[in-house]
Amino acid sequence: MTETGNTQQASVNIRPPSPTKPVVWIRRNLFNNWFNSLLTLLALGMIYFIGRAVLEWVFTTADWRPVTDNPILYLVGQYPRDQLWRVGVSLLLVSFLTGMSWGKWRGIMRTFATLLAAGFVILAIIPVGGQMGSLTVRIFFLINLPAIFLGFLLGSRRFVTARWVLGGWLFSFVAIPFLLHGIGEGTVLPIVETTLWGGLMVTLILAVGGILLSFPLGVLLALGRQSSLPVIKGFSIVFIEGIRGVPLITILFMSSIILALFLPPELRIDRLVRALIGMTIFSAAYTAENVRGGLQAVPDGQIEAAKAVGLNKFQTTLLIVLPQALRAVIPAIVGQFISLFKDTTLVIIVAIVELLNIGKSILQSDVTYLQLQLEVYIFIAAVFWILSFFMSFASRRLETVLGVGER
Amino acid sequence: MSSSNLPSKSQGSEGIIPIWRDERALTAAAQVISAILMLGGLIWVGVNLLEAAELRGLSLGFDFINEPSGFPISESVIPYDDSYPFGTAFLVGLLNTLKVSIIGIFLATILGTIVGLARLSTNWIVNKIALVYIEIHRNIPLLVLLFVWYFAIFNKLPPTKEGLELPGPIYLNQRGLFLSWPRLTETGEGFAISLLVGLILAIIAWITLRRLRERSGRSTYFAGVSFAIILVSIVLGLALSAWQPLWIDVPVFEGFNFTGGLRLTPEFAALLVGLAMYTAAFIAEVVRAGIQAVDLGQMEAAKAVGLKPMQTLGLVIIPQAMRIIIPPLISQFLNLTKNTSLALAIGYADLFFVGRTMINQAGRAVPIFGMIMVTYLIISLIMSFVMNAYNRKIQISEKSV
Repeated sequence: MTETGNTQQASVNIRPPSPTKPVVWIRRNLFNNWFNSLLTLLALGMIYFIGRAVLEWVFTTADWRPVTDNPILYLVGQYPRDQLWRVGVSLLLVSFLTGMSWGKWRGIMRTFATLLAAGFVILAIIPVGGQMGSLTVRIFFLINLPAIFLGFLLGSRRFVTARWVLGGWLFSFVAIPFLLHGIGEGTVLPIVETTLWGGLMVTLILAVGGILLSFPLGVLLALGRQSSLPVIKGFSIVFIEGIRGVPLITILFMSSIILALFLPPELRIDRLVRALIGMTIFSAAYTAENVRGGLQAVPDGQIEAAKAVGLNKFQTTLLIVLPQALRAVIPAIVGQFISLFKDTTLVIIVAIVELLNIGKSILQSDVTYLQLQLEVYIFIAAVFWILSFFMSFASRRLETVLGVGER
Repeated sequence: MSSSNLPSKSQGSEGIIPIWRDERALTAAAQVISAILMLGGLIWVGVNLLEAAELRGLSLGFDFINEPSGFPISESVIPYDDSYPFGTAFLVGLLNTLKVSIIGIFLATILGTIVGLARLSTNWIVNKIALVYIEIHRNIPLLVLLFVWYFAIFNKLPPTKEGLELPGPIYLNQRGLFLSWPRLTETGEGFAISLLVGLILAIIAWITLRRLRERSGRSTYFAGVSFAIILVSIVLGLALSAWQPLWIDVPVFEGFNFTGGLRLTPEFAALLVGLAMYTAAFIAEVVRAGIQAVDLGQMEAAKAVGLKPMQTLGLVIIPQAMRIIIPPLISQFLNLTKNTSLALAIGYADLFFVGRTMINQAGRAVPIFGMIMVTYLIISLIMSFVMNAYNRKIQISEKSV
């Protein structure tokens, strides 16, 4: 069967059905029998009343001052205002690298870059007060657009290999926390204690840090669970099932308060890092189960073939099994990242000021805000909704691109 | 996998393998090293703990369990006040966790099934409403939803006097949700016992008669017989309780508050509603995926042999969909149970909340924390054990039919 074979016939067959008329569509989809007609009418009534109430509330009753007065708090919390450029530079670095990845890999990265750019445009033109309404901050958001584009141009060049881009990302993961925390007093980068970090910045640091750090740990645990050594296998099983059997809150509580008792007293760990350890341990157990699924999906023949060509156990795992297993679990890992992103709200329990907690403290910052819980929490819910909705959207694209689940 | 059994391996250089390349020796060495490392780590951690305990004057024993707790708990299913021991306080927390989990699982399953079926509806609007419900709940963190429910809705309800009155009567106000609730009368015990016995007998009759039908192939009217048993037990119970088995406990406004009826505290109500609605969104996706996974040919075949739509659903689609639905459903139930720990953020006295108060009160962080973790683990294990047993039963009966 060549492609030029039956072009005529095929084009006749694949012609899409002519679009149905709206009236026909309505009758077929909404009023095809008495039960459905009743349901439709009920649903329309419900939508009308709820929709009207919601719109009325959003545009007239609701008092959005706690959100619009100083929205930069939701982004960075109490981070010193004269040091904000450090957050800005970190953001520029991320924009640039996203652009570079777009240039290098196209496809899915283009979606990411577009979403990021759209986010910056919205942030730049949104009518709000406080520091975020200032021209400097607005211009700064817009500078990110050329940064993305510059990254794209550089990434499209032939001599820039994928290794450069990956190296850039790796560099940024080390450099950004360093930049935000600083070196010491009297230098260009005075120390900014993590107690001052806050808002969406902390949410993202915890989610991205948690997933990146948990990944190697999770892979090791998954391999450990498949190991033939009873000690390692036993440890892995107890660790994975133990963590998965208890709520995240208890693990965060353990890493923040109890862990200190198990370590030598001179070893004092930063509060945010302790929370990150908790998130990492929790996430690692779930990553391990995802990776195990991938490991089991690698056909036995692959391992036998690797043995036949003389690879030892270590080489077989590293060169044959893992690359195939990990490719199969990328969508699952992305899904886990999204749920970890949502789970970062739980660090409120150990008094870390992430997005939700900043909302709580803003409510208490002004007497006239005290009764405006609905406005603040609905706004935070909307932020989480938008971010995780687009992340799930991107992950569905990723699944299609990788062709996982298709043969 | 066991390549050491292959003959080719030992035929290398006259069957002698140097020890650093002998897989068995390497394995044994790795075994010993990993065991030593792990034991070393444990000892190191233990020594640190003992040192810290000595340094800060912490006690690691469980002797505090029988001392009076000295703190009140806002709601409890068993009698409790601050003179009861710590052990009882912990039990109160555990029972509160179980209460909200069980009722939450029940509500979430019903709501989730309805939304999941709505998602499969051919009615475009119903379908999209279900989609919006699912997308809203799946993309917002549970804690944010709970904050909205508790701080922005249940906590801001009008005060008792101006509270909402729904038909039932159900009263909704700052002090919580007041429901009319049926309670047994003094003679009602006879009715309850009779009904309970009837239910058990009916279930036994259902199972045995059904099995009989499967074996003999003859109709045994298992549904009719079970139904008749329940009917008889109801009539018998009514007669035993002098035709007055129940009375309705209606909440009445007296002075400044409601008395009577069933009161749900705002904390409990917010947690229950938030958890059930959140989990329902995930259950809906499980149900939808499970039903969609049943081959379309099955439905066509059912139609072809003349089954009615309800019969098709009940006899063909659901039994097959259940096989796919049960395992992810188990993990949703477990998630709901673990998520009850978020009660801490809104002040419902669950296991974790009470545990934390105990830590503050008794100052025994390590033993109490160990108790909390182990209790959650045991709940998870029991739940997954029971559900997995049920799952296995379904899978096997599926194959044998």
